[in-house]
Amino acid sequence: MFAFVLRRTGVMFLTVLALTFIVFWLTNLPPNLEKLAKSEASVRMSDAEVASWLDRNGYGTPTLHRYGQWLGVVPGWTREEEGRFTGRCITGTVATLDDIPARCGLLQGQWGFSTVFKQPVADVIKRALSMTSWLMLWVMIVMVPTALTLGVLSGMREGSWTDRILSGFAIVTTATPEYVSGVIFIVVFASATVGISPVLAEMGWIEGKTLFQGTATSAMDRITFWNFALPVMTIALYGIGYIARMTRASMTEVMSQQYIRTARLKGVSFSQVVMKHALRNALIAPFTVIMLQFPWLLNGVVIVETLFNYKGFGWTLVQAAGNNDIPLLLGCSVVAVVLVLITQLISDIGYVFLNPRIRLS
Amino acid sequence: MQDLSWLQIALKSGLAFAPVWIALIATFFLSIRYRRRLGLYGKLFDSFVGQIGFAVVMFWIFTAIFADLIITHDPLVQLSGMKNKLPGTALATAAEGVYPWYLLGGDNLARDVFSRMVMGAREVLKIAPAATVFAFMVGITLGLPAGYFAGKFDTFLSFIANLVLAFPVILLFYLLVTPEIIETGIPTYFAAALFLFPVIFFTVLFNARFHILPARRNLYVGLTLIIGLWAWAGLAFNKDPTGLFSMSPNMLNVFVSVVFVNSPGVFRIVRGLTMDIKARDYVAAGQTRGEGPWYIMLWEILPNARGPLIVDFCLRIGYTTILLGTLGFFGLGVSPESPDWGSTIDDGRRLLAIFPHAALVPAIALMSLVLGLNLLADGLREESLKD
Repeated sequence: MFAFVLRRTGVMFLTVLALTFIVFWLTNLPPNLEKLAKSEASVRMSDAEVASWLDRNGYGTPTLHRYGQWLGVVPGWTREEEGRFTGRCITGTVATLDDIPARCGLLQGQWGFSTVFKQPVADVIKRALSMTSWLMLWVMIVMVPTALTLGVLSGMREGSWTDRILSGFAIVTTATPEYVSGVIFIVVFASATVGISPVLAEMGWIEGKTLFQGTATSAMDRITFWNFALPVMTIALYGIGYIARMTRASMTEVMSQQYIRTARLKGVSFSQVVMKHALRNALIAPFTVIMLQFPWLLNGVVIVETLFNYKGFGWTLVQAAGNNDIPLLLGCSVVAVVLVLITQLISDIGYVFLNPRIRLS
Repeated sequence: MQDLSWLQIALKSGLAFAPVWIALIATFFLSIRYRRRLGLYGKLFDSFVGQIGFAVVMFWIFTAIFADLIITHDPLVQLSGMKNKLPGTALATAAEGVYPWYLLGGDNLARDVFSRMVMGAREVLKIAPAATVFAFMVGITLGLPAGYFAGKFDTFLSFIANLVLAFPVILLFYLLVTPEIIETGIPTYFAAALFLFPVIFFTVLFNARFHILPARRNLYVGLTLIIGLWAWAGLAFNKDPTGLFSMSPNMLNVFVSVVFVNSPGVFRIVRGLTMDIKARDYVAAGQTRGEGPWYIMLWEILPNARGPLIVDFCLRIGYTTILLGTLGFFGLGVSPESPDWGSTIDDGRRLLAIFPHAALVPAIALMSLVLGLNLLADGLREESLKD
């Protein structure tokens, strides 16, 4: 077991290294750097001026070397001009390099400086993640119990009407990407002119003009049911269908096992069979599925935060990518990739723990 | 001209889709008539869910084919006075011979929402199935040997596949689908690598089967190489002298990214299926007969893996449609005028609370296509399990 976890962790670190290098390389392609130079210095620079600007700001070295600097394993670049020093680890200029740390990269906690937000990248990401974690928390609270209940209910009696209706619902939700369901939700619940809000408002059942709010900007200060229900629902809905289908498949398989039949023939009531014998075995597969949903949830977060204007991690990622903010984009990528890989690791290890039939040699 | 009521809108839209209805009825009539002779495709018509899915999918395919006949206005033309008009509004200044209504209203640039939705089907169906086919070619060509030979080769390829799968898709799109990337020529290299796989696949496929009959082998492999490399040069490098195969740089970039994102998933499925089927007796029998590994992989294992692969193919076209919509939604890789559903939704969402129709129409169109594909996959799964 220990060797398995160790090996998986080793592979994970290798993956993180490979992925961060790919992101670094893609964000530091010559045209991106040229764009950076022009947006930082002057739009009307000639090619030679761009090259010299890049050289002066430490972008002249090979990509691998710069990746090492960014990671913090290679000493940061320094440059001497008229007795003053500039460099990666120096803000402004200094006269001597004595009390300047040699390396300043990811490993030293220096994530760089965001060119869009004019703040350290670490601060921007920390704030964005705290916003997004609230969103994810509520998504999980809504999504997981709903999906598991639906899946178990429909898998309990395969082919029944409950099963058909719930399976149909699950298929519809998996066919509805977030940018479609979000749009439909806003139109139906959060528009003052169409949908059900005008009707409800006329009948005096709701106080404001709309049942829910179409933007989640106010949720950044205070989360209420009114401003947070739609974004949470939008993300959760897509996952619900998928997890419910997995749970259903796993539940139907368990329900057709010999030991379930034996229990039924012994006279155990149906509800007892489901609760005591089937449920635990049926929930092993969905557990891994829920964990593997994280990359998709991240997608959902990016779309929903853009759609509902909630300034969390996804919104920050879009801003960073749209404005060629290389340090911030790199930071976001590291966080996203590590998040995804950790959930994969947990899913693998959890699967082994939950399923006694799997033996690791 | 009077504005239309909702019933009239439904009738007039239905009438506009006339070519689609005719084609759909013909397809169903012929298919149901001859379904006993049509294999898995014919069996699809035994399943109610499968039939509905097939009908929806074919509806959009025929819409894409007959889009020129269906549209009531040019999807790019802006008519004065029609900005954000509600569905069924009569044209403000109707010229002679121009369709006198905006059936599903006008968008924020006074273009016809209905025609844009119809043309959007063509935009989506031009890329999604083709990209899925290429992803399958890559996944199959790499997944079969990885599952069959296992060992270091498998470990390496699986690592690469997991690498791509661990990438959040949107991040990958933001990195890959940018004008800067086109400047560096990376999409061309990507395309050169990815588009080579179908050629390799068919060459190996024919060679494995016919290498004992050199005359036929030479014919098939020769044809594959000529056509394949011709298309390859045209699509990847835009160097086709006749201009038959070509792709605009933007489209190539989108296409390559979508193929790249999809391939590892296919690879994993094919690899898993191969590992499973490899242990069967008929594979052992083939090995005993002295059949070569590629013959066993391509002519014994692959046909026996077709059921799950066909199902996954349908689901994956739906997934690709969603991905293309995502790209459009973030305005990546498409021209701002493009009528594709994703970018139309993005355009429409700015005024969503006041004029919902501009975003709602493409949203429902996209959802129905993906739903149709999912239902079709479900029907196919049900029927292929009965074998």
